Amino acid sequence: MISFTLNDKPIKVDADPKMPLLWALRDLLDMTGTKYGCGIAQCGACTVHMDGTPIRSCVMPLATIAGKNITTIEGLPSDASHPIQQAWLEHNVPQCGYCQSGQIMSAVALLESNPNPDDAAIDDAMQGNICRCGTYPRIKAAIKDAAKNVSTTNVDFSLAKNAGEKA
Amino acid sequence: MIELFQQAADNASIKQTKSVSRRDFLKLTGMTTSGFVLGSMLSVSLPAWAHGNASHVGNNTLNLFVTIETNGRVNIVCHRSEMGQGIRTSIPQIVADELCVAWKDVHVVQGLANEAYGSQNTDGSRSIRNFYAKMREMGATARTILEQAAAEQWAVPIADVYADDSFVINKNTKQKISFAALAEPASKIKPPAPDSLIYKSKKDFKYIGKPIQIIDLPDMVTGNAIFGQDVTLEGMLYASIERNPVVGSKVESFDKAAAMKTGGVVDVYKMPEQPTPVVFNPANGVAVIATNTWAASQGRKALNIKWGDSPHKDHDSAEYLAQLNQRIVGKGKTIRQGGDAYAAMQQSQKKIVATYTVPYLVHAPMEPPAATAVFKDGKCEVWACTQTPQNTQQNVAAALGIAKENVTVNVTLLGGAFGRKSKADFSIEAALLAKYTGKPVKVIWSREDDIRQGYYHSISSQYFEAGLTADNMVNAWIQRTAFPSISWTFDGATDEPSDGELSLGFGDMPFNVDNLSCETHKAPAHIRIGWVRSVCNIQHAFAQGSFVDELAHAARVPTQKMWHQLLGDDRLVNPKDQGFEYGNYGETLERFPIDTKRLKNVLDDVVTKSGADKPTANGEAWGISAHRSFVSYVAVATKVRVKDNKVTVLEMHSSIDAGTVVNPDRVRSQQEGSMIFGLSLAMMGEITVKEGAVEQSNYNDYQVLRMSQSPLITTYIVESDAIPGGVGEPGTPPVAPSLTNAIFHACGKRIRDLPVNKHFTV
Ligand code: FES
Ligand code: FES
Repeated sequence: MISFTLNDKPIKVDADPKMPLLWALRDLLDMTGTKYGCGIAQCGACTVHMDGTPIRSCVMPLATIAGKNITTIEGLPSDASHPIQQAWLEHNVPQCGYCQSGQIMSAVALLESNPNPDDAAIDDAMQGNICRCGTYPRIKAAIKDAAKNVSTTNVDFSLAKNAGEKA
Repeated sequence: MIELFQQAADNASIKQTKSVSRRDFLKLTGMTTSGFVLGSMLSVSLPAWAHGNASHVGNNTLNLFVTIETNGRVNIVCHRSEMGQGIRTSIPQIVADELCVAWKDVHVVQGLANEAYGSQNTDGSRSIRNFYAKMREMGATARTILEQAAAEQWAVPIADVYADDSFVINKNTKQKISFAALAEPASKIKPPAPDSLIYKSKKDFKYIGKPIQIIDLPDMVTGNAIFGQDVTLEGMLYASIERNPVVGSKVESFDKAAAMKTGGVVDVYKMPEQPTPVVFNPANGVAVIATNTWAASQGRKALNIKWGDSPHKDHDSAEYLAQLNQRIVGKGKTIRQGGDAYAAMQQSQKKIVATYTVPYLVHAPMEPPAATAVFKDGKCEVWACTQTPQNTQQNVAAALGIAKENVTVNVTLLGGAFGRKSKADFSIEAALLAKYTGKPVKVIWSREDDIRQGYYHSISSQYFEAGLTADNMVNAWIQRTAFPSISWTFDGATDEPSDGELSLGFGDMPFNVDNLSCETHKAPAHIRIGWVRSVCNIQHAFAQGSFVDELAHAARVPTQKMWHQLLGDDRLVNPKDQGFEYGNYGETLERFPIDTKRLKNVLDDVVTKSGADKPTANGEAWGISAHRSFVSYVAVATKVRVKDNKVTVLEMHSSIDAGTVVNPDRVRSQQEGSMIFGLSLAMMGEITVKEGAVEQSNYNDYQVLRMSQSPLITTYIVESDAIPGGVGEPGTPPVAPSLTNAIFHACGKRIRDLPVNKHFTV
């Protein structure tokens, strides 16, 4: 039995400790917002936050997340009010949408650590997230817009504090 | 191949849609249970857009596009698959505009497989092209019925009322009555004859031509969008299948006991042997069925399958391409001819010769294929990220030995597709396993499965030869192509390009040269060949667009000028005049001619707006190319920097003339996506085959473009009232030649063998 915190709620999973978090989320907890794209930390579709840091859940065995704080896309406001989600809506970013959970989780983490990223910082943070549909230009533009909104309105990015109530 | 596929695809005959109650699918496919069907009595004969060979669809009823609930919700069916092109928004946009419904009242319902809709094969860039007029008719029919219902209530002539914003309004009294209130009486009214309908004029459009936000967007940013991989049913099992590495090889033995020992594994099942031709039949293999995906994939590792022999076991893509390159320099089978190219070539002052190659490519959509099925009481229900629900229905029925009427196919969102999800193989697998286990089963393809068990874009060689006169005019032109045909996938026999494939940018070459010979060579297939976004236009546009640039260089004129010179005066090209049976994407040349004026126009547009004709910094240069495909016209200008043997793409501009545009924002996003898809394949796309098996396995060795490699992208849409053309695919073909032309102009190195990363760091 592995215990951790998922979107601010304590949770226990009875599974093979070698099972990657991704499959526990998707198959055991019915939380399919986090996507499978490669299984080898190459595409970023499975990105979630562990104690606020973006990780690839497809290569993160359950054993290593015991006691940790995990935030998934479902932990973002379900009304899409997060500045990153808002910017995504404004730029009509997604095409097929499949990579977008991972893109959004990477982008949220980026702005938390760097509220004003330049192009190089965005490229760097988003390099691990593939979008086969080619939404990169819009993702970049949306991140910049979200950053602007954050710096002018001082939005609190710390998900861990309020994601639970909103979700 | 689209035609071939079409043949295989149809015959679907479920007559009813049904209410879908499962939790996850309510939003996605939830057909109303209390709504009233408008237009259900409407009998229309499918016009030519239902494809020449689809006459079996015949005089069917187009129904169930619009239903209105008494609470005012207006359900509009989208019968085409959403794979990122925005069709779940743009189809309803068209219907809603003519219907005069407020957009906030529109609820989109995903159509089940149902032949009443006409073709649902979401491929060939034809959803809007084929259904624009029909969707307007559906909207106008529904609106007229509502107006009539209101007119009857007020006892006034229908001419005295009009619909707007979900209400019908009395012109004289200004009285209003809502669609909601009219729903019930309207459902009893006999639909008007299609030719009596009054359509909006362009200036009155509220939604058509507007950049409406995609309807699935809120779900996509909150993790609530349901894709094929996400379908979850009560008591569902998960399956992972080990399939043959070489086409045709069979399972000789495997270790069932070892796989069963893996925790969570509940069963192991040898898949039925794949017949030939392969078509969409699941590959030979062994399925491991478990309580979760991880357990299934672990159990699979213990299978230790021994594979039998295959006639394709010696296939080596490098050797094969070398053979094609040898063959291609000799005279081939002529498919289109004008004048005497060989005699004229002798007369020419200068001869330019080049061979261009493109490797095997694979789709690699972000979401690998996945399908879920339940089999109960002789009936099967499938949920799949499929581009072709009707074909899936037919194939599943055949595999299970039941009637098509007993198969229901639900279409989820598709996490990218690019042609891969036109194939029913993964859905058939799920259906077979559901029948075998008696439980709901989800078949999950891994990324490795997706890369290794693809329907690949064909490996190809193109030979181009042109003769120039003393004043640098082209007077002789020979072009040849050779690649394994998609037809082989369907017949197991074809060993040369088909007319359908040659219609994709080869036999329809638009240049005005007096002496022309278009030829093909044989090329037997050894792996499954399929269609990948823009299909054979990829290699044909690469060769043609590169060759024009090479001719321009030889003639010392700007590439834009060479395009103009070759295209000649404004004219309509008819390849049939020179003996080629041109397919024109299923359209007549009368409706969709090959119009050189439109091609020149997009080229000039992109050059002018991008500044591709302006000087650049040292080590930087522009490259341009243009191509007509899917009856639309696209030109691309790409700016690169070449430094220290590294190619950096700085900017890409594209101009598209796709006729009437329904959602300009989605046209832009498709152009952006096409630029990146094209760049990805040109820079780094390559599948290689050794001993019959694909060597790549995942995104680590089948690289695709990432954000840092993605340039600034600008899209120009030509304003046009012409009939809508394709959008999803025509952006891709001109990308590769614009890139390699730019590289040539930046550093003098001509790349004729893709991908670019064989020569440069990218
Ligand atoms: S699925 Fe985890 S990085 Fe691709
Ligand atoms: S939106 Fe389709 S993969 Fe990114």
